[in-house]
Amino acid sequence: MSDVVEKTLTALPGLLLSLDSQPGAAKLCATSRLGSLVRSITELTSKNVGEEMAEPPAGPRSPKQMKEIMVRAIYCEMLGYEASFSYIHAIKLAQQGSVLEKRVGYLAVSLFLHESHDLLLLLVNTVLKDLQSTNLIEVCMALTVVSQIFPKDMIPAVLPLVEDKLTHSKEIIRRKAVLALYKFYLIAPNQVQHIHDKFRKALCDKDPGVMTASLHIYLKLIKVCLASNYKDLTDSFVTILKQVVGGKLPVDFNYHSVPAPWLQMQLLRILALLGKEDQRTSEMMYEVLDESLRRAEINHNITYAILYECLKTIYTIHPKSELLEKAAKCIGKFVLSPKINLKYLGLKALTYVVQQDPNLALQHQMTIIECLDHSDPIIKRETLELLYRITNGQNVSVIVEKMLDFLRLSKDEYTTIDLVGKVAELAEKYPFPCSVWFIQTMNAIFSIGGDVMQPDIPNNFLRLLAEGFDSDEEDRQLRLLAVDSYLSLLECDTSGLPQRFLQVISWVLGEFSFLKEGLEPADVVERLGKLLDDDAITTETRCWVLAAMSKLCGSSDALCKAEKVAHKYTSCLDTALRQQAVELELLGRDVDLRTRVLPQHGARNQLEVDSSLSFLDGFVSDALARGAAPYKPPHQRQEELSQEKILNFEPYGLSLPVSLSACSLTDRQSPTALSLSSSLSGNSADPPLKAGSNLLKLEGVKRVWGKQGYLPEKQATEEALAQEPSSIFAPSHQQACSESQQTTFSTIVEQDQEKRQLASSLFVGLGSQNAPCLVRTVAQNLSDSTSEAVPAVGNTEVVEASEVSSLSGGSGPLAQPSSQVERGLESDLPSRLPATLVGLLRSDVEELCSGESLSLSACKVFDADALVLAIFLSNISDSSIQEVSCLISSEQLKVPEMCSTFSVLSFYLNEFVLFSLFVCFSLCLNHLYSEGVAQCQGWEEHLNLGEASLYHSVSPPASCSCRPLPLTTEEYGKMWLSFSHDVKQNLMLLKHEEEDQLEAALTALKEKLCLHIVDVIGAEGIMACQLVSGRPCLLHCHTHGGMLAIWLRSPIADLPDCLLYHCQKAIQER
Amino acid sequence: MVAGSRPTSCRNYRCWIERLNHITESKTLKFALEKTTEDMEQQIIRETFHLVSKRDENVCNFLEGGLLIGGSDNKLIYRHYATLYFVFCVDSSESELGILDLIQVFVETLDKCFENVCELDLIFHVDKVHNILAEMVMGGMVLETNMNEIITQVDAQNKMEKSEAGIAGAPARAVSAVKNMNLPEIPRNINIGDISIKVPNLPSFK
Repeated sequence: MSDVVEKTLTALPGLLLSLDSQPGAAKLCATSRLGSLVRSITELTSKNVGEEMAEPPAGPRSPKQMKEIMVRAIYCEMLGYEASFSYIHAIKLAQQGSVLEKRVGYLAVSLFLHESHDLLLLLVNTVLKDLQSTNLIEVCMALTVVSQIFPKDMIPAVLPLVEDKLTHSKEIIRRKAVLALYKFYLIAPNQVQHIHDKFRKALCDKDPGVMTASLHIYLKLIKVCLASNYKDLTDSFVTILKQVVGGKLPVDFNYHSVPAPWLQMQLLRILALLGKEDQRTSEMMYEVLDESLRRAEINHNITYAILYECLKTIYTIHPKSELLEKAAKCIGKFVLSPKINLKYLGLKALTYVVQQDPNLALQHQMTIIECLDHSDPIIKRETLELLYRITNGQNVSVIVEKMLDFLRLSKDEYTTIDLVGKVAELAEKYPFPCSVWFIQTMNAIFSIGGDVMQPDIPNNFLRLLAEGFDSDEEDRQLRLLAVDSYLSLLECDTSGLPQRFLQVISWVLGEFSFLKEGLEPADVVERLGKLLDDDAITTETRCWVLAAMSKLCGSSDALCKAEKVAHKYTSCLDTALRQQAVELELLGRDVDLRTRVLPQHGARNQLEVDSSLSFLDGFVSDALARGAAPYKPPHQRQEELSQEKILNFEPYGLSLPVSLSACSLTDRQSPTALSLSSSLSGNSADPPLKAGSNLLKLEGVKRVWGKQGYLPEKQATEEALAQEPSSIFAPSHQQACSESQQTTFSTIVEQDQEKRQLASSLFVGLGSQNAPCLVRTVAQNLSDSTSEAVPAVGNTEVVEASEVSSLSGGSGPLAQPSSQVERGLESDLPSRLPATLVGLLRSDVEELCSGESLSLSACKVFDADALVLAIFLSNISDSSIQEVSCLISSEQLKVPEMCSTFSVLSFYLNEFVLFSLFVCFSLCLNHLYSEGVAQCQGWEEHLNLGEASLYHSVSPPASCSCRPLPLTTEEYGKMWLSFSHDVKQNLMLLKHEEEDQLEAALTALKEKLCLHIVDVIGAEGIMACQLVSGRPCLLHCHTHGGMLAIWLRSPIADLPDCLLYHCQKAIQER
Repeated sequence: MVAGSRPTSCRNYRCWIERLNHITESKTLKFALEKTTEDMEQQIIRETFHLVSKRDENVCNFLEGGLLIGGSDNKLIYRHYATLYFVFCVDSSESELGILDLIQVFVETLDKCFENVCELDLIFHVDKVHNILAEMVMGGMVLETNMNEIITQVDAQNKMEKSEAGIAGAPARAVSAVKNMNLPEIPRNINIGDISIKVPNLPSFK
């Protein structure tokens, strides 16, 4: 068949041109030349008539004929035949033809050529000429072609002309000019920097079309540059959206009676970018978002499009509970819709929000189950994505099973790679339903994922096997299971197994088959040897197999077999393979060497390694003598980097502070890792070791497993949870979960049992796992969360709502009392604390606010496992107060149920009687920075004088949730290794005169942040602390030259960052 | 979003790929810059067609990226009209439903411009179709979504065509003649190598 195509290709030019060279024929079929072309092509290929088509091209042709030919060439290109001979003619046509032919010329150019095609340079002049033309259509065409395809280097030539067009009287020209500039911005952002004002002008253009076009630019700018540069435009965007939504645009812009839907979507997208993590900006949009949600109620496709965009925006910006509620309802509309497209989008939206609000997934669990069995693989795929996000330790096996089922049916390579990665991630994250399950899942992954999956999946798996978990017994069992399952796999037909899987199998058998009692190494060698007989096996895999064999040939029997196999490869052309084979032979002959480099069995773990690499001392001193730069330990290098203000986010390997390295390095390294380091050090004296490093590439592999098991445990979910602020009311949350479960269940009683079982197994553990509510992402945002709320009671008069200005100071002034209260009262207040709280560390009692007759004070008491906020309500008037009701609400702090039950209470206050109220905010914060705001509102009824309300918010500073963590140095060392998230920074110590800077700094940190000083070793100090929730964070400090280098590590992603921020403050305030 | 457009035909369907991509971001673009050899382009088209054509009627109109179109960065959104597939490839932040309606606008515009458009119109007036598309989507960005406005623009250009008329105007008439006559010499089955085009019984839209 291909030769037919080839013939067609060679004949095409002649064919195209021949029609014109025959005037008679041209007359005849001038009416439908294209038609005859189509026909000729058909005849050509079907009847295989080659020769007659190969007529020579005739002489010059008129532009009109050229145009015809060009359309034909376009058609040919469309069919996939290259018509490169016509490219130059296309450019010529654009240059010379009349308007009409020009258009075809330009069109052909933009279809044929690509951005960096040389011929494009020839077009520049034409474009220049047309841009200056008085004919509007010519200008339009030039602008169109510029925005479609233009050489980057020639932008300066046309830029001034295009800029001029921004002030053109015709809106269509202005609009196209804006888009042409957008294109320039895309391909060469630097060259259009000076015209950013003009973009603003375009945004304010009186024609909505031009404004719409300019939004493309702003969307891009905000996405690429810092959004903060464009915050000032938020107002404008909101106003525009308001007008659009309000129907202020001409009716022309309506589509299915929705005003300018595409414009609305664009604006919503921009607002989402602007309002992300910015409360102040977000507040500006709440109103218009609400309006959009409300308006988008007509049941048409396009309104759903707007609605979806709106949902995305609402969930991206700083949350507002009312909007979130409405949005949740809308998501329900999507998910429950019978229209498949809407359902798809609903699933997508759920995936997007489910981490913030797992409740939503629970509400729709039956729909989700149905989607799991949907006939459309795209829907299924999206559902799996959703399930992936809600996976926890309890439902992992069901979800993984579903994913694997899908994978077995899926043919698409991209889906396979993506999903296999996810399954592997889940399996490693929650490997403990049981070891058998883990091994089986990994086997399924390897056989399904085959050779397309990411290479770190097998690497991580092998690393996990090699390093093991906590208990030796468990490790042994896991390894044994792996060996067992692989042996049984090898017994079956291995031809279908992917190469990667075979590599894993051979490594595991080589390394751990000794664990299986009664298994002769010779047996294993024999089975591995069988693998090599298969021709389909790659050289790389052969290397792995040979390496495994060299580990196995301890007994003479095995050695004999292995040598027989290896002998074949000693003369192999592939060097790696040959090396492996020769090594095997050599090691077989030299038993001493063998036992040294490949010690038997478990002995390998006790392998002593000269970690200081003292045998290299001579080499180093030689190098230094020759003027080489001295070696700097990694953390020193990193410090220098951070001094240069270069942010390095990657943890540098697993290196330790020097003082700790000696005690704990050697026992945790796997043999392969050690061999790797020795081969890295440039000493390749031991060939087998080098081969070992060839087997398992550990460098750059993300460290997921440590002695304590999986390290960034639940980190993904938490991170995601923390990303978006949520406003779930924590106490009611669980209740709501169970309620929804109940209601769902009651409605589906008649549905079959299976589905329900599936649902309960899928959604198990969802509610409880996410019960703690997480709020803020970054410590810097703390100051944003100043108190802001509208009193809940409509007709109350707000006496005062003071704002908390500084939140993180610990004991900073919270609010200035505005009315004078007898100070005597204040000293009286602490004595009214309940007995359980007396004697605990507490902050000063501060008056938060006061009205005519009521005063509100509070203090914080640091209990061991909670932060107690003691709120004092005192009567400061002369008369008695009949009734006081007090409403305490907290959106972000978890208020224990006891408190929530008496959140609205009535009290009788007699004259001068103080009432105090203790709210125990057990700070179940998962993160230090989860700054919460408790709102306390009391209003009084005073002799029918009406209601007045006191209103105040109290925000416990983040540092309140820190508690010392008593540790020994050894424990510290162990923990340090297992924590994966670290942050380092140098802080300037201001007081140089101090003798012991370290001591002073540590003491300051200890006092301000409640840290525990574990040990001080020379110029280094180590400290530990934990959050109220029990999450640890370790600090390592050392001083040098007036700087304090702090290095924090924690299992929680953002904790080090946040704590660093507080350390910084503490040091500065000192 | 929309970068280039290239109509093509695959087997017995015509598959219009409007390749929408954010120039700097997508891999698609990467090879748009590296030039996509013709092969690559054809491969994308073929794969896309393969993906789209085997989908049932009652499934959603969105497809998530294959490797060729840049993985998860891009997605395909298509609409199916009789024997024609209109496929847009957009970057992942684009609104799915919005594009679906954009396709609807495109098709309705075609219908108005060609007065009851049929498949043959699209073949014989490749250039016109492209021009209409260029009015809607310019340099990858949605320029105009108002059908009347698009038609006005296209008409302005068509008027010029008529004024230049002469022979140039003839093909249009010829096509309509062909349409009406249903001439026998119009092959029912066109075979080009392994690509065969079946011309169906001139289905019209709607």
